[in-house]
Formats: sequence, C-alpha cells, structure tokens
Amino acid sequence: MSERENTGTPEERVPHRVIGTPQPGAPAGVATAGEPDTPATLDGGVRELEPGTGVIYPDPASARRAERLVALLFLVAFLAGVGFIVSYVAFQVGDIDRTAVSNLALGGTMTVAFLALAIGLVVWVRRIMPKYNLVQERHPMASEPEVREEVSRIFAQGAQESGFLKHKLLRRTLLLAAAPLGLAPLVLLKDLGPLPEDKLRHTVWRKGMRLVVEGTGQPIRAADFNSPGGILSVVPEGYEHDLNALAKATLILIKLRPEQFKSGTNLNWTHDGIVAYSKICTHVGCPAALYEQTTNHILCPCHQSTFDAADGAKVVFGPAARPLPQLPITVDSEGYLVAQSDFQVPVGPSFWERGDAEAEVRGNA
Amino acid sequence: MSSATQAGARPGSGSFTPPKAISGISTFMDDRTGAGSFLKRNLRKIFPDHWSFLLGEIALYSFVILLLTGTFLTFWFEPSMQEVEYTGSYEPLKGVHMSAAYASALEITFDVRGGLLMRQIHHWAALLFVAGMMAHMLRVFFTGAYRKPRELNWLIGLGLLTLSMVEGLFGYSLPDDLLSGAGLRITQGVLVSVPLVGTYLQFFLFGGEYPGDDVIGRFYSLHILIIPGILLALISAHMILMWVQKHTQMPGKGRTETNVVGAPFYPAFMVKSGAYFMFTFAVLAGLGTFAQINPIWLYGPYTPADISAGSQPDFYMGFLEGALRIMPAWEINIGDYTLALSVLIPALIPLGLIMTGAALYPFIERWVTGDNREHHIADRPRNNPHRTAIGVSVITFYGILWMLGANDEISMHFHISLFALSIFGRIAIFVGPAIAYFVTYRICIGLQRKDAEVLAHGVESGVIVRSPEGGYSEIHVEPDEDIAEHIRGKKEIPTLPSAEADGEGIPPKEARGPLGRLRVKLSRTYGTDLVPLPAKGEGHVNGEHAAVGAGEERKQLH
Repeated sequence: MSERENTGTPEERVPHRVIGTPQPGAPAGVATAGEPDTPATLDGGVRELEPGTGVIYPDPASARRAERLVALLFLVAFLAGVGFIVSYVAFQVGDIDRTAVSNLALGGTMTVAFLALAIGLVVWVRRIMPKYNLVQERHPMASEPEVREEVSRIFAQGAQESGFLKHKLLRRTLLLAAAPLGLAPLVLLKDLGPLPEDKLRHTVWRKGMRLVVEGTGQPIRAADFNSPGGILSVVPEGYEHDLNALAKATLILIKLRPEQFKSGTNLNWTHDGIVAYSKICTHVGCPAALYEQTTNHILCPCHQSTFDAADGAKVVFGPAARPLPQLPITVDSEGYLVAQSDFQVPVGPSFWERGDAEAEVRGNA
Repeated sequence: MSSATQAGARPGSGSFTPPKAISGISTFMDDRTGAGSFLKRNLRKIFPDHWSFLLGEIALYSFVILLLTGTFLTFWFEPSMQEVEYTGSYEPLKGVHMSAAYASALEITFDVRGGLLMRQIHHWAALLFVAGMMAHMLRVFFTGAYRKPRELNWLIGLGLLTLSMVEGLFGYSLPDDLLSGAGLRITQGVLVSVPLVGTYLQFFLFGGEYPGDDVIGRFYSLHILIIPGILLALISAHMILMWVQKHTQMPGKGRTETNVVGAPFYPAFMVKSGAYFMFTFAVLAGLGTFAQINPIWLYGPYTPADISAGSQPDFYMGFLEGALRIMPAWEINIGDYTLALSVLIPALIPLGLIMTGAALYPFIERWVTGDNREHHIADRPRNNPHRTAIGVSVITFYGILWMLGANDEISMHFHISLFALSIFGRIAIFVGPAIAYFVTYRICIGLQRKDAEVLAHGVESGVIVRSPEGGYSEIHVEPDEDIAEHIRGKKEIPTLPSAEADGEGIPPKEARGPLGRLRVKLSRTYGTDLVPLPAKGEGHVNGEHAAVGAGEERKQLH
C-alpha cells in the first residue's frame, strides 16, 4: 500500500512530492485532472468504467421482494439454530443408535442453519445490493528508482554506522558465538530416542519359545494343526500384548503337504509340513495377512506383494524385494511348536544397515 | 473529494455525518491507531469476479473450520499410547485393551454429544482443505497467475500444500485404530529405507523401536501446535501478498494490465465471502452428518500383527500409495548396506518431481520466454497450449498413480487381474502423460481456431436462409461485445529476440552453447502463436456465411 495508491492517480511517474510542498495536480482522491475523458474518481480511489455504470441499484420493488425472501431464510437459520440447541439437550449419546440419532439431529440442524444463512447472504448481495462494475488502478510492484536508491543508501549508511563492516573482530566473534547456539537445538533432540544399534536385526524369538495363537494365546500342538492348507497368525508366548515385540516377531504359520515344498524352504526349519514365516512384509512392514490356499500365495494387503509359501516365501509379484524370513521351528517334549532360534536374517522392511543378510547366512552354511 | 460526486452512484455523499454510535467508536480507534487512511484505501478495494477465483477460498474456510473443530476435539483427546481397558459406552469393545488415544477417540465418538459430528466434520474439512488447495493451484497454474509478480505466493502455496499433506498424515495417525496404524507402519517402513540416517530417524521419531510409546504424543504436538502455526503464518502471508498485489482478472471489456475491474470489498465482496464461508460450513456439516467417514469403532485398536484388507489412506496420499504399489522390486546391496529403491523411488520421486517442477515452473518459463513483465490479466488456458499441455500431463501422471493406489479395489470390483493392472500402471505412468500432452495441445489449438473464427466470421445465429438460386447458408452475427473482448484478451507469448532471428549471422550471447541453443529452441516452440487472432475490423461478418465450405476457411487460419 504505497502513498501513490492512496491518491489513485494514473500519473505514476510523477516524482514524489517533497513534504511541505503542495501536491501537483488535483487534491487527493481526484484522479482525473487533465484527463477529462476519464470518469471521476469516487470515494476509496475507484472509478466507473463508463459513467453511470459503476454502481447500479436494483429496482426497489424487486429489492423489497428479495428482502422478504432473505428474512425468511434468516428466520429458517434462526429456527435451525434453536433446533441445534434443543437437539443437544434432547438427544443423548451412548450406544451406536442413540449416537446416530444425536448426530443426525445436531448435524442436520447445523447444516440447515448454515445453508439458510449462506443462501440468505447470497440473495442479499445479488438482489438488494447494487451491481458493481468499478475500476481501480494497479501500480507496478516495484518502488520508484529514487526510493530504491534512498533505501540502499540508508542500508549502507546503517551498516557503516553500526561498525559491523569495519570492526572485524566484532563480526567474527559474533559469528563464532552463533555457531554452537545454532547447533544446540539439534543436540537437544538427541534424547528423542535411543540409537538403533542392532535392534532391527533381532526379534524376541529364542530357542524353545512356544508359538501361541494370536488373540487366544493358546500354544499349538503340531498334531492338532494337521489340515493341509491351514493357516494361523502366531505370536511368541509371553509377548502377546507387547506391540514392539509383535511388530517384528509375528508369524504366519502354514501347513502344507511335504511334497508341495520347493527348494526355497529350509525343510530343517519346518516340522511335519508346518512352516513359519515372518508376517511382517519385507516391503514396508504391513502384516502380510492374506493367504490363498490353492496357490499357497501369501499376499500383503497394503501393496500387494505376493510370496510363495511353498518356496521359502519368495516374492512372486509386487514391490517387496526379499522373501519373508523363515523362522526355524520344531516341537518340544509335549508336542507343542517352539522356535529353534531367532530368525537368521532381519525381518520387516529394508533399512540402510541391513546389507545382504541372506547371502551371509548362505555363506556360513 | 466532494468534487467527484456522481448522482446515483454515491447516495448520501457530500456532507455525511455518521451516527453517533459509529463515530464514537471509530474516532476512538482512529485517534489511537490511525486506521482511517488504511481503511480509506482498502474498504473499497476492487475484487474481480470469476467462479474459479473462489477455489482457494474453499481451502481458507476449511482451514478455519479445521481450527474450530480441532480445538473441540483436543478437549477430550488423550494423546497417549498407554494401554488401558476400554470402559466407555460402545458395547462391542468393552473390556478390550487399547491405547488411551483410541479409547479417548471412542469417548469423543460415543460419550460426548456432538463429538462424532465434530470428528467427522474435522476429517471431511481436512479432505476439502487439501482438495480446495489443489483445485486452486491448478487454476493458478492454467491461467498463468503464478507469473511475475506472484511467484512468491506460488511458492508459499506449494509450501502450504506440502505441509498440509504432512499435517493430514499426522492427524490420520492420531486415533490409533487399526487403519491409522497401517498408515503409521508404512510411514515407518519408508523412513527406515532412507539411506544413511533412516534407522536413526525412525528411532528418534518413535522414541525407539516401532511402534513404541511416544509417537502419538509427538504427532499430536506437531499436529495441533507447530504445523498449524506455520500454516497460519503462511496463509496470512499468502493473503497479505494477494491483497497487496491485487487479484488477477480474466480478460474482458475495459480490463487492462494496469487496472482491476469488479466489485468493492466493502460491502459486496465481504458479504459474498461470508456467504461462501457459510456454504463451506454447510457442506462440511452436511457431510459430517450424512456421509460417514473413518468409523474407527469398526476397526478396533491397533496392533502391528493385524491389518484389514482394502486399507486405504486419505485421498491426497493415494498417489504415493499407488507409486508404492506399481514399483518393481528393486533393491541394491552395496557392501554391507542396502538401498531399498522399491520404497525410496515411489516415496520421493513422484512428489519431488511434481513439487520441484511446480516450484521451478515460473522461473523456467521466464527463462524460456525472456518475459520479465508483470502480469495481472489471467491467461485463458487455451492461449498457452504448451503450459496447459504440461499441466494436463502432470494431472495424468498424478491421476494414474492415484487410481492405482486403489488397484486392489479396482481389481476386485471390475474383475481385472491385479498383476495385469500393476503392469499396465508401470507402462501407463510413462505413456499416459505423453498422450495427454499431445491431446491437450491439439485441443488448445482447436479452441484457439474456434476463437479466431468467432472474431473473423461471427457466431452462427441458427437462422438458415435459402438464396434465390436455391443455396442454403447460415446467417452469422457479430459476437457479443463481452465475448469478443474476452477473446481479444489473448496475449502473445513472448519469445527471446534471438528466437525470432532466422539463424543467420552470429547469435547473441545468451543463444550460444548447448544450453543457449536449447533455450532458443524452447522459446521458439513455447512462444510461437499458431493461430493469431484477426485484427480488429479485419473480420468479415457479412450477415451470411456459406454453411458448406467453412472447413476450408478454417484451414487457412493455421
């Protein structure tokens, strides 16, 4: 908002008035001195495009009719507003049906109130207020060259006066002082969390730890899990409610006929056709929870990575780059399924420090 | 001032004395703030009218509604991941162990009157906020309203859009139900894939291993405090700049680069805006009432061991989801380290391409056209065919990814093989934008020809006359003045001076070297006007025009 816009004059290139001298041309607000063809400036620095077309009032009779309509709409808004308050008192929440009724009553009255207000305002603008076709001048965003020059002089002078340019020691020590303070917030954030160390490489599975059914917590007797094509979601015993543990250790347990297995599955890690894979997708970590019996495919519902359960959960399709790691399992003396050890490779999504853990395992074997 | 009095236009002007009640307050305020001169300049600020100028307002009002409903929600929401036993009113979950966050979200839903309504309005408003910004951004792009002097506001707008997507993602995660947890898990999976610092970022954000006990509380601080604060500051800057620079206007009668034609802020635009706010509120209240969104009680508490099929993010994350879904399984091991390209590329490249491209576009366009002038008249999209074609091809790119974010749903409902659809997506993401570019370009040129024809030959009147010889022809009439002026508002796209030379002689400095030659070539392509409009008075609307044979005329226009 410059001084020039204030006057609304189109003669923008007239040098700025020196304070105390009379303004060139006409008094403020009159734009058209010397340009008789242009319509005069109205209050607020606007003009009409053509004389008599800037502000056109509607027909008074039509405006009166519109007023009645607007009044009706505002009355509707008033009643709906009252209805909202009444609904708040009248309808209680609690179970799903009562909440639904309360929601309908509160939301319905609120919608009607705002809608009636909105329509009323629009009718007001369109049928009671005048039609406008007013013009306002634009001015280039850039300041006048003299102004720019003056501002740069001020800057230079200020810099000079402050001594910041001249006194090197002051400048350098100030920068020196700022450097550690700038780093301080980063240092402060260190305690947001512990360092990763090798936590992503291990899960809670240990030798002899029982597999239990997710939800019920029941241990699984191998002999009872005997229908080929069966599938269970499995968690480690003792960690049924530990979300951090479950985020890595949850398994998908599948029973296949022994002849179905292909080379990808480590048969030493299965028991009687029962194989356990990590349920955590190797793409970005969603639980790969869908299983198709006819093809033995495990499917992750998030991004459709598809794994072959008969072939070491190798990737058949989708964005996951690695198979679901297989957990070595066996049975304990009572016939319950237990882990032989932790996973041999990290489970879940890939991370920078992961490396080719599968190759290392193969190398050791 | 009284010298400019116009009968009819200024009722009550002259010696006007305001009522005592008003003058008392206004004198008190002006004595202390000097607001008078500001108001004098600004109360009658002119705002141009066009339906497309209101798209950004949808976003603005949605933001206000988000602040109001969000504040309401904070009164009951408990941003804690502490395990509690649910004791609220919702029967099916009674006794279930869950986080305090989820329990309090259920409390808002079932035990606070109006809580469900506010939650649903808040969620719908978030969607409308982002959708409004996107529509507004497209309007600004296709009309060239980002050009000088408005580049800064364009950049602020991009910042707002990006930040809002993050804000939405955090908000989506807060209720800690099974669906929101799926989003959180994907966020974690993407975070750990970042080279060098990914695992550290994850451990710092989640306070240790995923999911940990901290992330809801941290997202809550970010979601209700710092990000809305930044959004509010950026929105204010956006509005102030818009106000100072004045709004662009569509071409039309009496409209020039040095004026703005329309209605004054006070009272017309002010009341219109108020009405628009009320409409936005009414629509959101209506959606919150009648269109269920995010019924968290159906999903159950979050556990990393479970997921429901058909989990979908909010719409503005859909294109990232689609990119993740169609990406081939690329992963590279370099020594002891892993580069998870199948996560990194879809998470960073589409958003990066669109946002960086959009941020640089005004500056690249200026470099190509050499156009350093201010622009206040909006382009009609057809009049800059290359820009429009680029815009539509980006929309196509985005749209294909967005559609494939629901590839499982499409596959299920339309009985298309999921794998075939993903492979189609991998091809379409490259071919689709190219086709869109070509088709849009041709449509723009076609529309320009239509414009030129309207000016040259007038518009068909629908009246067919039979000549004495028996031939039929249609009467053409002069187009309406408003329409003709609107068409004549077309601006030539400038080219570099060196692009107009015929290649003989020594090229000027900026046209030398490979980059310079590319610049000249781009400039020539971007700026060449294939369909110049006939000059004023050059047309021949003779009243009659052969109904047959107009096709040949059209060809000459090229």
